[in-house]
Amino acid sequence: MDTFIQQIINGLTLGAVYAMVALGYTMVYGIIQLINFAHGEVVMIGAMVAFSVIGALLGLDSGLPPALIVLLGAAAAIPVCMAVAYAMERVAYRPLRGAPRLAPLITAIGVSIILQQLGMMIWSRNPLAFPQILENRIFHLGGATVSTVQLAIWLVAVSMMGALTLMIHRTRLGIAMRATSQNPQVAGLMGIDVNRVIAATFIIGAALAAIAGVMVGTYYGIAHYTMGSLLGLKAFCAAVLGGIGNLPGAMLGGLILGVVEALGAGYIGDFTGNWFGSNYQDVFAFIVLILVLVFRPSGLLGERVGDRT
Amino acid sequence: MMKLDLSARLPWIGIVLVALALAVLPFALAGIGTTWVRITNLALLFALLALGLNIVVGFAGLLDLGYIAFYAVGAYVYALLASPQFGLHLPFWAIIPLGALVACIFGVLLGAPTLKLRGDYLAIVTLGFGEIIRIFLNNLSQPVNITNGPQGISRIDSFRLGDFDFGKSEMLFGLNFSGPIKYYYLLLLVLIVIIVVNMRLQHSRIGRAWEAIREDEVAARAMGIDTTRMKLLAFAMGASFGGIAGGIFSSMQGFISPESFVLVESIMVLAMVVLGGMGNIWGVILGALLLSFVPELLRHTIEPLQRSLFGRSIVEPEVVRMLLFGLALVLMMLYRPAGLLPSAVRRRELARKSVEP
Repeated sequence: MDTFIQQIINGLTLGAVYAMVALGYTMVYGIIQLINFAHGEVVMIGAMVAFSVIGALLGLDSGLPPALIVLLGAAAAIPVCMAVAYAMERVAYRPLRGAPRLAPLITAIGVSIILQQLGMMIWSRNPLAFPQILENRIFHLGGATVSTVQLAIWLVAVSMMGALTLMIHRTRLGIAMRATSQNPQVAGLMGIDVNRVIAATFIIGAALAAIAGVMVGTYYGIAHYTMGSLLGLKAFCAAVLGGIGNLPGAMLGGLILGVVEALGAGYIGDFTGNWFGSNYQDVFAFIVLILVLVFRPSGLLGERVGDRT
Repeated sequence: MMKLDLSARLPWIGIVLVALALAVLPFALAGIGTTWVRITNLALLFALLALGLNIVVGFAGLLDLGYIAFYAVGAYVYALLASPQFGLHLPFWAIIPLGALVACIFGVLLGAPTLKLRGDYLAIVTLGFGEIIRIFLNNLSQPVNITNGPQGISRIDSFRLGDFDFGKSEMLFGLNFSGPIKYYYLLLLVLIVIIVVNMRLQHSRIGRAWEAIREDEVAARAMGIDTTRMKLLAFAMGASFGGIAGGIFSSMQGFISPESFVLVESIMVLAMVVLGGMGNIWGVILGALLLSFVPELLRHTIEPLQRSLFGRSIVEPEVVRMLLFGLALVLMMLYRPAGLLPSAVRRRELARKSVEP
């Protein structure tokens, strides 16, 4: 029972990160029906920039409190990721509006490769040790434990999602985004600058991705130029699980996927008589994806069945 | 009279010249170094793979991002049945079709649930499938050792017909036929067969159905085409070609490990198809040859160039190769979306529309 609770806690932490990344996928998909393959790479860039800034601040011996240093790292990562996402939208996706669906999907793959290679050239080919400077106090819940880092991740994730929901429903930009996702032509006729709204969507998604990158870095204590691709894929699975294009769906999907992965990795050995071990953890996300596509292609909270071609 | 005859014969003269050049090529390359024969062999193998993927992406318009998984399945089927791993040494003419069949079954299993949905789901599911296959290959060494994990399988048999062993050098007609040269001719033969199959397919009832689906799936269904079945057929065929190529790879290299079947390889094959021209057989072959040879040439020029300019190597050739792939994918889609040698239909289809969504 203790391991069960522990795996759920770990899963929810992982799930919060997936949810943050999944929001980026689902917002872009909701508005222009594009799977932004390079979104995972934005997460990587975020983690890397934060890594450099935190390292530099530690090197300065500034005596700043650790929490502030991590915040400054995130504060530096967010604008960089926003700029990367804007450039990517501008160069690789905007010229292809109205082209067949395959075209932007292929440029997205190209952008993702380029970002990965740039990440490797700028930072390192080897995994980097992300400075774990936050005080990591551990609380006991029965036999399970929760760390302050986990609590911080939950807190940040929940407040970010809350802010995003408010923004989508209360601000002019949010209304414009919803209008554009329903019908770009009509939204354009209503005086909405559709291209700006789409760029804004990419930028907001990138900010969330940057924060997710810092979260992954501080949680696992590691950053690597390939860290974005698998994370991005799983986050996309989470977005599909929740119903792609649906914001609460992405949050729910992320949390569920995180828990499924953690429980799966924790119990697969027991259930299969140790035939399979926790090294199969990465398989669960894809199994979930395939099951969702077979039984409920619209996802948990999505209304529309995705069969428009 | 004479003139007319000559022009009618001209294509045949061209074909004969090309055939001669192709026949002499490996010996010329062997003069520079056997490495270049091996590089050429890999290029031909990638042309095979690209033609297989072209059926899926080019003909039927389904984006498959895990194509290398079928190649891996074919390679491992061959390796397991013709190596000391299980002590089995079955003949290649029995295993290669089996590998194609197993890859085909995987293709159907994967395609059946996803092909009913829109195309980009397929892209993600195939990507995930590629990863799953790699994870299994890496981990199926315990508790029962099947794939030997990350160490891979070595000492795989080469193709053998009676006493004729593709792995060994021998003197024939006064020429030294080394292992790679034998494989060169074999690959050329297989490539020609696959080209012919592809050309026949493209203009068959099935090929036209694929084209119709690619252009407009709803309209195709209205015309009475069983779209799901046709898409599944394309997927299964592409998969079995991948399986065949995998089997040849396995025997040619004598060693395989999960390292050879990573996502980047899938994307490389896709880049070949896109660069050359989706749906055009010759374009795809051109793409495969370009993306196989150019990086090798770069490897031999970029290092020395950087050393003479900066005194040390700043950017590794491997990085340059990957950056070129990425750039090629983006720039091709932006400026020449139909590829270097576009197929007629693709050119029409991918012509920029002026209407905003």
